[in-house]
Amino acid sequence: MGHGRGAARLDVKETAEGVARRSYGKLVAVLAARTRDVAGAEDALAEAFAAALADWPKSGVPRAPEAWLLTVARRRMIDAARRRRTSEESADVVQLLSEVEAQPEIPDERLRLMFACAHPAIDAAVRAPLILQGVLGFDAATIASAFLVAPATMSQRLVRAKNRIRQAGIPFRVPGRDELAERLDAVLEAIYAIFAEGWADPAGTQAQTRGLAEEAIWLGRLVASLLPEEPEVLGLLALMLHAEARRAARRDAQGEFVPLDEQDPRRWDHALIDEAEAVLGAAGQMNRPGRFQLEAAVQSAHAARRGAGRTEWTAIVALYDALLSLTGSIVVAINRAVALAEINGPAAGLKALDGLDDDRLSQYQPFWAARAALLSRLGRRAEAAQAYERAIGLEADPAVRRYLQRRSSG
Amino acid sequence: MQYLLLIYTNEDAMLSAPKEASSQTLAAYAAYTEAIKKSGAWVASHRLRPTSEATTVRNPNGKKNVLNGPFAETKEQLAGFYLIEVPDLDAALSWAARCPGAAHGSIEVRPIWTM
Amino acid sequence: MKVLLLMYQDERAMQKMSREDFGRIYGAFQAYVEALNKAGVLLGNHGLQPTAQAKSVRKDAVLDGPFAETKEQLAGYFLLEVPDMEAALGWAKRVPTAQWGTVEVRPVWT
Repeated sequence: MGHGRGAARLDVKETAEGVARRSYGKLVAVLAARTRDVAGAEDALAEAFAAALADWPKSGVPRAPEAWLLTVARRRMIDAARRRRTSEESADVVQLLSEVEAQPEIPDERLRLMFACAHPAIDAAVRAPLILQGVLGFDAATIASAFLVAPATMSQRLVRAKNRIRQAGIPFRVPGRDELAERLDAVLEAIYAIFAEGWADPAGTQAQTRGLAEEAIWLGRLVASLLPEEPEVLGLLALMLHAEARRAARRDAQGEFVPLDEQDPRRWDHALIDEAEAVLGAAGQMNRPGRFQLEAAVQSAHAARRGAGRTEWTAIVALYDALLSLTGSIVVAINRAVALAEINGPAAGLKALDGLDDDRLSQYQPFWAARAALLSRLGRRAEAAQAYERAIGLEADPAVRRYLQRRSSG
Repeated sequence: MQYLLLIYTNEDAMLSAPKEASSQTLAAYAAYTEAIKKSGAWVASHRLRPTSEATTVRNPNGKKNVLNGPFAETKEQLAGFYLIEVPDLDAALSWAARCPGAAHGSIEVRPIWTM
Repeated sequence: MKVLLLMYQDERAMQKMSREDFGRIYGAFQAYVEALNKAGVLLGNHGLQPTAQAKSVRKDAVLDGPFAETKEQLAGYFLLEVPDMEAALGWAKRVPTAQWGTVEVRPVWT
């Protein structure tokens, strides 16, 4: 590659992309926080990036590119407000945006943006998409595919949610002490929902989910850096790191599914496990247990197999007992039943499963997969075959289907 | 609401797949059909014979025109369908994602006209 | 044997139809369905909403719209029980859609 306009344009593009990666969310947050207009901020920022790609090759990359982008975007937002609204309203917007100073170091208001996105007035299903778009700059079609929603539907939901934020006066602030735990939980749930979609695709075979786990961990680390005194934030981060550490071990060389108890610990990412343990340890010191810390502790117990050579199921059952009394979650109850079978035998596990009462169970693949495994261990082959059938029919991942088929016939 | 789930897959790929893969796919479809039935959503489903056995009929202005083959050459061909009764589009998409055909093809989800 | 009669037509052209034409076509379909029922061959039939309402689910994406862009779009189907292909083609030629679109006849696996 020689020097000249081609190279300059490439450098500019790389710089712009680097700024976008690092700062997109910060810029959206700063622009949206005062006007509560997330959509307007995104549009203005898109125009600013376009202006950068046109201008920087000629004038050179500015010393403070973020400040440059912020200045341009702010001006575009003011112009748009003047075009769209009454002079009274646009005067408000101008006033609010004038408070946004283009300092070289843009203040980090991403936490305020995330709390707005996860506000109770916002539909729970759209919180994770809002964060993906506002903080990470994902487009609606990619988000739609990740969450198994049609693109036009997702676009509509995002537009409606952003309108809600603007019109309902949803505040852009980190909640006070008394509300923080609850409101934070909604933010953490949204980040975990993003992680879950990425985790469901371990081989990264699907373009729309490939990087989601990493993005979720990035968000987790960001929130942990901004709220270091909150143990549940650390708990979520530890949980995600533990799960991500096992990615390579979850599929074999042929792309076939490998369940946890058959995974080779040597294929786990030990640096990630070490980081997870350190984060979880820090959380534990704060002595304020919670759902994500407990989930992370379960993962930690599984990871301990790398040293001990076996799994401490008694500890895991105790953790699930605590989780169950905290959340009453059916998912937890199923996992607990499976763990119980490891210490008290498959009959005890099956009894625990049979005791579950929830309409959604009949459509829930993990329930049938757990039942099938336990029935199989009890030698109840016909019932096991039926349960495997149910699990296979409810499973969207071909690798997991093939695994269940092998277990059923083997 | 009723939706038609149309399964489009590449016939040549399916025909040339190794025996083990084919029987796995058939078994997956059997389990999938069972799951839809057990959920109460199943109304009908049919598997179609390949497009090599299709015939196309056009009758413009009384001129009858009968040709061998499907209505259009497409990279993926209609292999079968499921007609399901579900509360909403999200539920229909959920079933579409589980359809074994989604792994290598397209599941087209079409709402039914109700009068 | 079971056969599926698939009706394909240019949606956009159909949407531009006059009220009268629409009424004529509706009447033609009613007559056709009656004939199928009298002959005892009809197992089922449905009309589909236009492809603007379609979604496609693939391994790597959920998309708005049908699986492919084609000049004619699937508008509906008839499922019939007939003695042989000749009978199936006889019915296919009489589907009103054959006059302005295409009817594809597909044998069903049993």
